[in-house]
Amino acid sequence: MKISLIVNGERTDAEVPPRLHLGDFLREHLGLTGTHLGCEHGVCGACTVRIDGSLARACLILAVQADGTRVETIEGLSDSGEIADLAQAFHERNALQCGYCTPGMLIAAQDLLLRDPAPDREAIRDHLSGNYCRCTGYHAIVDAVATTAAGRRGNRA
Amino acid sequence: MKAPPFDYQRAASLDDASTLLARHGEDARLIAGGQSLLPALNLRLAAPRLLIDIGRIEGLDRIEVSGDSVRIGALARHQAVLDNPAIARHVPLLTEALRHVAHPAIRARGTIGGNLAHADPASELPACMLALSATVEATSGRGTRSIDAETFFTGLFSTALAPDEILTAVTIPLPAPPGAFHEIARRRGDYAIVGLATAGTRYAFFSVGDRPVLARHAAAAGSDIAAAKAALARDLDPPDDLQATGAMRLHLAGVLLERTMGKA
Repeated sequence: MKISLIVNGERTDAEVPPRLHLGDFLREHLGLTGTHLGCEHGVCGACTVRIDGSLARACLILAVQADGTRVETIEGLSDSGEIADLAQAFHERNALQCGYCTPGMLIAAQDLLLRDPAPDREAIRDHLSGNYCRCTGYHAIVDAVATTAAGRRGNRA
Repeated sequence: MKAPPFDYQRAASLDDASTLLARHGEDARLIAGGQSLLPALNLRLAAPRLLIDIGRIEGLDRIEVSGDSVRIGALARHQAVLDNPAIARHVPLLTEALRHVAHPAIRARGTIGGNLAHADPASELPACMLALSATVEATSGRGTRSIDAETFFTGLFSTALAPDEILTAVTIPLPAPPGAFHEIARRRGDYAIVGLATAGTRYAFFSVGDRPVLARHAAAAGSDIAAAKAALARDLDPPDDLQATGAMRLHLAGVLLERTMGKA
């Protein structure tokens, strides 16, 4: 089936089979391999992307369902500079080891920071509860998100 | 894993969806948010020949409050209902329950109608609808009918919907009795080991059987907490699974009942 969507600001037209999910479309058809696939049934959060501004699991939406939408991946959020401070905070706080969960974790964390500029640690854990990390034990991730939130509040003051 | 092959058609209207569903019957599945169906497809637990996408039908996502009821369109997404101030004011039980439904990314896409039609016995919303005495609206080429939540959920992932019917809305009568929501899960957003949605003395437990269960004997015990807890054993017969034994579930159900009654 023919689909047409905006991926990271660029119009993309493609012919896809109905069963292809968006994660495979991004990775295999567009070469955007920053969107990782873990469980492929919506549990691990590694494939988290933004669709029309909202968080979504790329493994739980068919490419044909994404027709006409605006999709943003970790490549888009990185290139635009939107999450530069968040990525830097992850780096400085050692909030990743293998890095498999990191793209999804960054996108989910950015979603929280856009909704709530001053989340407490419980709110951060709550919002990231759908993103598995098997390396860090989450503590450093929560630190990095809290640091970023504080930094953004400081910049605004 | 990857989903098996299927055809896909996007319905332009409710009539269009009804026609497609009537034509293809049990070979077809409706898809809206897809947050329960996609996992089932990817795990190959479902293998429909055709997916009928109702996700873009106009007007099916409205949330309307009238004098004596709240009507939530089937395509209203979990996050939209969670963020809706009228829902928070009139049916705070639902707002509280939605905070426990999966994770932000799932809530952003999953729909209320899809959740109810999927009829997962571990899901929060069917129990809420049972507690709130809600009615489900089912539409087909033959017309529209209302189904009480008590008769809508007929078993494991099973509902009273006929093969050609589409769940189009759920209606909650107002004023909703004072309620409370509690669940015990290993991690925020996970399926509950046991959960309880309460509206007045309608105690609707979930994750305790093949469908949400109204604890009538416990309710009949009145305000006596010990008697109500003792009566739960006549209402619930929870199964064993990997998360918990039935006996543990029954114990935890009593704990949740005590929390609910203690607050009231």
